[in-house]
Amino acid sequence: MTGTLDACAGPGFGPVPRKEDGRFVRGRGRFVDDIALPGMLHGAVLRSPYAHARIRSVDVTAAESHPKVRAVITGETLAARGMAWMPTFSHDVAAVLATDKVRYQGQEVAFVVAEDRYAARDALALIDVDYEPLPPVVDARLALALDAPVIRDDLADRTDNHVFDWETGDPDATAALFARAAHVSECDLVYPRVHPAPLETCGTVADFDRISGKLTVHATAQAPHAHRMLYARIAGIPEHHIRIIAPDIGGGFGNKVGMYPGYLCAVVGSIMTGAPVKWVEDRSENLMSTSFARDFHMHGEIAADADGHILALRVSVLADHGAFNATAQPSKFPAGFFGVFTGSYDIAAAHCRVTGVYTNKAPGGVAYACSFRVTEAVYLVERLVDVLAHDTGRDPAELRMANLLTPDRFPFRSATGWEYDSGDYPRALRTALDTAGYAGIRAEQAARRASFEKTGKGPLTGIGMSVFTEAVGAGPRRLMDIMGLGMADGAELRVHPTGTAVLRLSCMSQGQGHETTFAQIVSHELGLPVDAVDVVQGDTDNTPFGLGTYGSRSTPVSGAAASVAARKVREQARQVAAVLLEVAADDLRWDAGPGSAEGGSFSVAGVPGVSVSLREIAMAAHGGLDLPEGVEGQLAATTVYNPPNLTFPFGAYVCVVDVDPGTGEVDVRRFVAVDDCGVRINPMIVEGQIHGGLADGVGMALMELVAFDDDGNHLSASFMDYLLPTAMECPPWELAATVTPSPHHPLGAKGVGESATVGSPPAVVNAVLDAIGVRHADMPLTPAHVWRALQGRPIRPDIAIR
Amino acid sequence: MQVPAFFEYQRATSVEHVVTLLERFGPEARIVAGGHSLIPMMKLRLAQPELLVDVNDLHELAGITVDGSVDAGHLRIGALTRHAELLASSVAGEHFPILHDAERVIADPVVRNRGTIGGSVCQADPSEDLSGVFTALRAVAVIRGADGDRTVPMREFFHGPYETAVRPAEILVELRVPLRTGAGSAYVKVDRRAGDWAVAAAGAVVSLGPGGVVDEVGIGLTAVGDADFTAVEAEDLLRGRVADEDAFAAAGAVAAEHCRPTADQRGPVDYKRHLAGELTVRALRDAVARARRGRSAG
Ligand SMILES: Cc1cc2nc3c(=O)[nH]c(=O)nc-3n(C[C@H](O)[C@H](O)[C@H](O)COP(=O)(O)OP(=O)(O)OC[C@H]3O[C@@H](n4cnc5c(N)ncnc54)[C@H](O)[C@@H]3O)c2cc1C
Repeated sequence: MTGTLDACAGPGFGPVPRKEDGRFVRGRGRFVDDIALPGMLHGAVLRSPYAHARIRSVDVTAAESHPKVRAVITGETLAARGMAWMPTFSHDVAAVLATDKVRYQGQEVAFVVAEDRYAARDALALIDVDYEPLPPVVDARLALALDAPVIRDDLADRTDNHVFDWETGDPDATAALFARAAHVSECDLVYPRVHPAPLETCGTVADFDRISGKLTVHATAQAPHAHRMLYARIAGIPEHHIRIIAPDIGGGFGNKVGMYPGYLCAVVGSIMTGAPVKWVEDRSENLMSTSFARDFHMHGEIAADADGHILALRVSVLADHGAFNATAQPSKFPAGFFGVFTGSYDIAAAHCRVTGVYTNKAPGGVAYACSFRVTEAVYLVERLVDVLAHDTGRDPAELRMANLLTPDRFPFRSATGWEYDSGDYPRALRTALDTAGYAGIRAEQAARRASFEKTGKGPLTGIGMSVFTEAVGAGPRRLMDIMGLGMADGAELRVHPTGTAVLRLSCMSQGQGHETTFAQIVSHELGLPVDAVDVVQGDTDNTPFGLGTYGSRSTPVSGAAASVAARKVREQARQVAAVLLEVAADDLRWDAGPGSAEGGSFSVAGVPGVSVSLREIAMAAHGGLDLPEGVEGQLAATTVYNPPNLTFPFGAYVCVVDVDPGTGEVDVRRFVAVDDCGVRINPMIVEGQIHGGLADGVGMALMELVAFDDDGNHLSASFMDYLLPTAMECPPWELAATVTPSPHHPLGAKGVGESATVGSPPAVVNAVLDAIGVRHADMPLTPAHVWRALQGRPIRPDIAIR
Repeated sequence: MQVPAFFEYQRATSVEHVVTLLERFGPEARIVAGGHSLIPMMKLRLAQPELLVDVNDLHELAGITVDGSVDAGHLRIGALTRHAELLASSVAGEHFPILHDAERVIADPVVRNRGTIGGSVCQADPSEDLSGVFTALRAVAVIRGADGDRTVPMREFFHGPYETAVRPAEILVELRVPLRTGAGSAYVKVDRRAGDWAVAAAGAVVSLGPGGVVDEVGIGLTAVGDADFTAVEAEDLLRGRVADEDAFAAAGAVAAEHCRPTADQRGPVDYKRHLAGELTVRALRDAVARARRGRSAG
């Protein structure tokens, strides 16, 4: 099933300006740190300076005697409440405040509650912790060495740092194809540790009411309902006494899915003091201690026949999970959705093995717009295809074109068991190459290369590409859950008597524009103006249960839920209209109309001029009309949408770079991105998501990195050391679209929030390596990395440069 | 959140007032100019001054002027001159294109709008771009204390990372850059991203004599471990030689050999050493081209 942009031209759809931007551009967004409650106190966290150390004692007497300090919480305080440890998303526990040992630099050791934030910070210096430093495990490749210190000696019978082994695919079928392959290429690739680094750090205001026993938590939460359950479990407060309110969120990228010690300490602080407690982490705290992403050490092999047809893929991965296994992903998927690593290609057999290890680094993982490790999978296969092209002297575009799945193969079951819903990959790649003017740039590249060989002066031009397949919109809930919560989302829609509507969602925007896109979905289904639909999200007292916004799942899951709820309302309206018009409901025809305040209308088939608008129906449905048996009156519906499958957006990217061989500097000159996310509800918002993701990709490919020195010191704990790309590093994006609707989504839409982050890093890396003629070098390709790759001595990115 | 420790604050009304306050409060008092180095350090509590003396009202510290004749005079840059003002100054750019080259790649517009020239050199960060620029230019610092003004050549100004010739109860008033007709200058920097501190950078100021021979040359190096930000050996090698590609390459090699970079996440030692050489060559090439253009125009 393929289509064009016309497929997106339904009523309500289109580049509607974002409703939320009115307040954002006026500086009137309301974020957690904008909240000030009467009598509010302030928290600050004392963190470990060591990556690995035993705690001999924690002396808080001096801090407690600070005149403005109201409470000091330590691991012992929490242990007395049974809260020193919390469950993680991945069948493990993590320390809330350290009791026995600290296991990474920046780990939470104590929490001070004081009358202002200055005093809270001052008091941290008054806490005396006696540490006995232990040797840390910093290099993941040494984590399983026999003499490696055991990080998790809190767990019974632990004698090593092994977390899990996981495999997928058919090892025998894969081995058989490798045995008869004419060509095999191998490559070691590191997808280094990076950080989501949202502009707004994580924070909370916890407000426990001692009289009612109710806890209200204002927090940066991408998944408010899941958080409510976690607070109930960890703090022992009944779930119905907990209300989570996520106000405006300044970026999440997965960073705000997890539960952090600071949140729980603020709750305990509020319980202890009887006052609301605010805690907002600073930039260094965010970069050092909250969910990292990636950290996959991959060994890939690709087998091809003599004609360059890819036969099989084999991969082994060492996954650095940090000190606690807290990756946020569906619980039956220890390596997330890495299993889609066969990508966009027709590959008969594949096998992969992933081993997770503990190291003395922050836990979390699988955050940063990665679609549960599809990022790593796409990087692996798109790099391997380029390595194969390099080794066999083939053009990477031709090699890809010859191996892409063709549209007739959908729905397609991959060698590792994923069922791709729809796609037209050759069309996307062709569009990208045509837009880029592929032959022309290759000619230019050759001329530059010739001039360099003559004069020794650059720049060198490189062209890189990727054809990625994403897998987004988790569940179905039978397969996918977070801590036992099935990944289905609720929606509630109510049309008021005067014909406006309110839609309540379980997902939560962090900048994606839900208030607009979801209003457009209702507008599409009911013909109401976008402005007549209010979207409520992020407040557990006022929204239906669901799993939240991450993994590009809002449109695939909550979007479908909104559509289904609106269709239910439309069917109610049909019943009311039948009474009003005194005809059988089946004789009524729906017309969404032009999006006026009247909404859509029902008219009687074959009787011109006899119709009733949604607005009239809404009033009648709330009025004195005698409704038949089974029609309850009012217009409101709820639904729980359990997706039948993931959606599989895809795209083809072409990146052109110039490299200065004398300095290693890279200039991303052009970037062509063809994205296919099925039907686009708001193409402008979709393009905004793509812009952000492409910038992310340039960042990861060229500069973003969390590294540690031999002692486990975090070397990227500020924005001077953890570099985010700026407009200066981003070329004017050249976007194009194809539309291949999802056959199982009610609107034909697929997720797009992470597509560009997933698809762009390999395109940039492939371009840089193409320019300098090097087979492989790891990200981030900073000037130093590029220069050393040119010298044949590439830098290992995951350990400190020495 | 990052918040500084307790401190007191005074807004100075004159340079003499600054000196009086600094004398009275002793070494725990600090001048604040643009605050773009000091305030971040205070928020991280790496600096905990007891008193901040704010000099932002002192217009006597501002301004860029040419004092004296074109041959014997100097460009005077007040310590409170903002990066953005130096970048916008046509008189500075006309005489010393190196200043504009450098200012274009220092930080970002927001920082440049507040950060000052005096703050930059007094911060004496080993990666401060202007340090290499003013040593290349052989500028002179004018420092005022209770006993009046004294001058210190910029090549003797830096006493190690974050240490300068400015004593606790003194204030840097201005920098004087000697004017030299027929000189060309340039600055080149490699960073990992716009607004990032230098991985390495080089500045060159070249005066050409008859026959294209190098009359005088200044080479400044930033972020490669030279305590005085100067590639003296490369300068000695060039002086009196014809300014051609061979000479640049030789100077680059000497600069690379004598610098003392340390490895960090910006790059390993061999790469920084390579950059010191490569950027010295490029800065010299650009400076000489400008000098030639200046001569033919003049
Ligand atoms: C995000 C960011 C990026 C940056 N990038 C770069 C870069 O790429 N290259 C670069 O070179 N710099 C960079 N900087 C640093 C910046 O250019 C200067 O360090 C900063 O502007 C210092 O000037 P200031 O006026 O803000 O100094 P302040 O922070 O006010 O003061 C710095 C120090 O100088 C002292 N001081 C200030 N004025 C005087 C005076 N008149 N007499 C005696 N002592 C004085 C202060 O007491 C203090 O110790 C960056 C800064 C930031 C925040």
